Amino acid sequence: MAEDILFFTELLGLKVFDLKGRRIGAVRDAAIVPLIDPVRVDRYLIGGGDAWLTIRYDQVRSLSLDGIWLRDENLTPYHSDEYMLRAVRDLLDQQIIDAQGRKVVRVADITFEIRRENGGELLWVLDIDVGLRSIFRRLAQGWIPPRWVRRLQQPIPPNSIRWEFCNILEPDPLRRLRLNISNRLLEGMHPADLADIAEDLSPEDREAIFENIDSEVAADALTEVDPDIQASIFESLETEKAADIVEEMAPDHAADVLGRLEEETSKDILDEMEHEPKAEVSELLEFEEDTAGGMMNTEYIALPESATVGDAIEALKENEELAETLNTIFLIDAQDGLTATIPVARLCLYASAAPLKDLAAETLIQVPVTERQDRVTELVDKYNLLALPVVDEEGKLTGVITADDIISVLRAK
Amino acid sequence: MGKRLRYSLVTFLAVLGPGFITAMVDNDAGGIYTYSQAGARWGYLPLWTLLPITILLIVTQEMCSRMGAVTGKGLSDLIREEFGLRTTFVMMAALILLNLTNIMADFAGIASSLELFGITRYITVPLGGVAVWLLAVRGTYRSVEKIFLLACIVYVAYIISGILVRPNWKQAAIDSVRPVMMLQGEYITMVIGMVGTSIAPWMQFYQQAATVEKGVGPKEVRAARVEVILSCILTSVIAFFIVVACAGAIYNVKPRDIADAADAALGLKPFGQYTYILFAAGLLNASLFAVCILPLSTSYTVCEGLGFESGVNRRFQEAPIFYWLFTLLIVVGAGSVLIPGFPLVKMILLSQVLNGAVLPFVLIFMTLLINKSKLMHEWTNSRFYNIVAWTSVALMIGIVLALVALSVQQMTRGS
Repeated sequence: MAEDILFFTELLGLKVFDLKGRRIGAVRDAAIVPLIDPVRVDRYLIGGGDAWLTIRYDQVRSLSLDGIWLRDENLTPYHSDEYMLRAVRDLLDQQIIDAQGRKVVRVADITFEIRRENGGELLWVLDIDVGLRSIFRRLAQGWIPPRWVRRLQQPIPPNSIRWEFCNILEPDPLRRLRLNISNRLLEGMHPADLADIAEDLSPEDREAIFENIDSEVAADALTEVDPDIQASIFESLETEKAADIVEEMAPDHAADVLGRLEEETSKDILDEMEHEPKAEVSELLEFEEDTAGGMMNTEYIALPESATVGDAIEALKENEELAETLNTIFLIDAQDGLTATIPVARLCLYASAAPLKDLAAETLIQVPVTERQDRVTELVDKYNLLALPVVDEEGKLTGVITADDIISVLRAK
Repeated sequence: MGKRLRYSLVTFLAVLGPGFITAMVDNDAGGIYTYSQAGARWGYLPLWTLLPITILLIVTQEMCSRMGAVTGKGLSDLIREEFGLRTTFVMMAALILLNLTNIMADFAGIASSLELFGITRYITVPLGGVAVWLLAVRGTYRSVEKIFLLACIVYVAYIISGILVRPNWKQAAIDSVRPVMMLQGEYITMVIGMVGTSIAPWMQFYQQAATVEKGVGPKEVRAARVEVILSCILTSVIAFFIVVACAGAIYNVKPRDIADAADAALGLKPFGQYTYILFAAGLLNASLFAVCILPLSTSYTVCEGLGFESGVNRRFQEAPIFYWLFTLLIVVGAGSVLIPGFPLVKMILLSQVLNGAVLPFVLIFMTLLINKSKLMHEWTNSRFYNIVAWTSVALMIGIVLALVALSVQQMTRGS
């Protein structure tokens, strides 16, 4: 098994021999061409004299710790090629995202598998190595014979990431296309993890991610990102993309984000937004951030007083996107005035014809939009509320503050 | 106009921190000792070094601040990405060694300043070590940092001490602008020590990391520059008064070598009880501040550069190397102060000279990095900056080589 493995540090400097067994140079770099094959080493770059030559993967007869023997010596000179992901230039010592371990890591070495195919041998990228073992290998290479290095590194625990879980960072959009970098891995992560990763990256890299990633995922992740970093990301995004992301956010978060941006940027983004979310967000933007109005969101379900349990369930079905977090339904009178709050769980206890009024919570707690933030948290704590309705000056229901808004406020303190 | 001023003030306050903290910790126990020693042994003569030191300080620290703001990456990360693992490893090994001696010096500063008040080091040093460790690991350091910053007012103490001893101002003024170079081993060592303690490699790593962590972006480069310049001038002003105080109080009476910074405080005693207490209090605050920052920032820098997990928000199992390094720096740093007969002063002097010797390499890396337009875009160095940077590199190498030549000469003569 171990014989089939080759580390990049070992590949580097490996001597290359032609058909007659003459030495023609040593390996200087290796490249993958992701558009052709994302795991196979496509080219070996060798330096003999002044210019570098490239060996195509199928020109290699055999490949081991002792050297590379060719079966075809028709080598072409190396030209800078934007489609190549070169190990030394683009991978080694650079940061990548470990999508499985959900963190940013620095590449110390690469593990290849030697595969036999059509009478030749080629390299297959297995792992990206990080941690002590690969660092030891890097430092020892060239000073100690490779076979000794392999023996000496045994006691150090390995730390590797499977290649398919690695996401390469590349800020240049054109090169992202050429290197076929997808956002599949990042989009599959939990938004909160993606947010943590974004905070660890350099501004350039995280902007590239949010510029390219699906707007819905970006919206979820950006909601979780530290406010300062959030603002700097939005300032740097294309206005159109920024507007797309803001549209996907819950209106209260969107208003928070826009409120923190410079006035001009914020206005540009609003102008670019679709009509409906724009109206909601602009309304929320009017409120001071540390009042009930600034904390609330406008995603709630309100039904007339005469509604039944069946109506409530119908309404829930129509607002499927709220189902995950919604825990309270409101009853309003003809003037939009709040008359009762209904805990969603109680819907299960009654027949569908029962009037919702019978399910109402005993006390009706509500706050005006101007209520101070600390008073709001106090109320939620005192009455153990999951959702606190907010009314405007005329007593009309305008929004709701949910427990997660409260937690964010408390954590920010 | 009014709005514009308020806006700049807000931006300035938003970036305040990295440069100021670096500058304050710069005058730590090792620094105070070096300046005191320079003043006690050579009088006002070394004052001329402060002007070039200030320029060098501003140039180096501003480069780090700019690199942090533009790239959003630490200096060790950039060195790793652009110069590879081996270079980084050697650099980090040197940095650990250097900073360890700096930490020792600062624990010694805690010990000797509190001994002036009659508390034995066998109580203060272990207590200090445990406190620093807990502060960092519990993550409560952030709130304490503000207290330290406030306590930096104590540095006014040095200015007052400097005035209280009634130095020869005319001589001080002349010597501040008249460079004197003597080809004498001790003198050159002193000059290197002055440079080495004022511009230490840890500062560049710390400043850049702190700028990144503060979230200073390319837009705030100018505001950050103002902060750096003011902070660096402040550092040199404090250094000036320490030299002057010791020159006036000790050199004027009888030129001599001092044993440690506390010895300098004792030398000030004849000039009043307050001078003495102020000097000692300044020493204590500087040492405590530095001891809080150095082990943590060293561990961060090293782990980030080598790609290990780091950060006090990670658990021990997640970032073992980070925690071990951090703990070891404190234990060894504090422990060495408690070993009777440990050649502490020699270690401190050695660390200052080592600082001076490693610095050119850090400067070379920095200047190479900051001129890469791939990294810095339109924020690469101007020609003036490059001239200053490369001149300082050449100068530092020259001074270090002179020192080596001198010690070789002394050794051959001795045999």
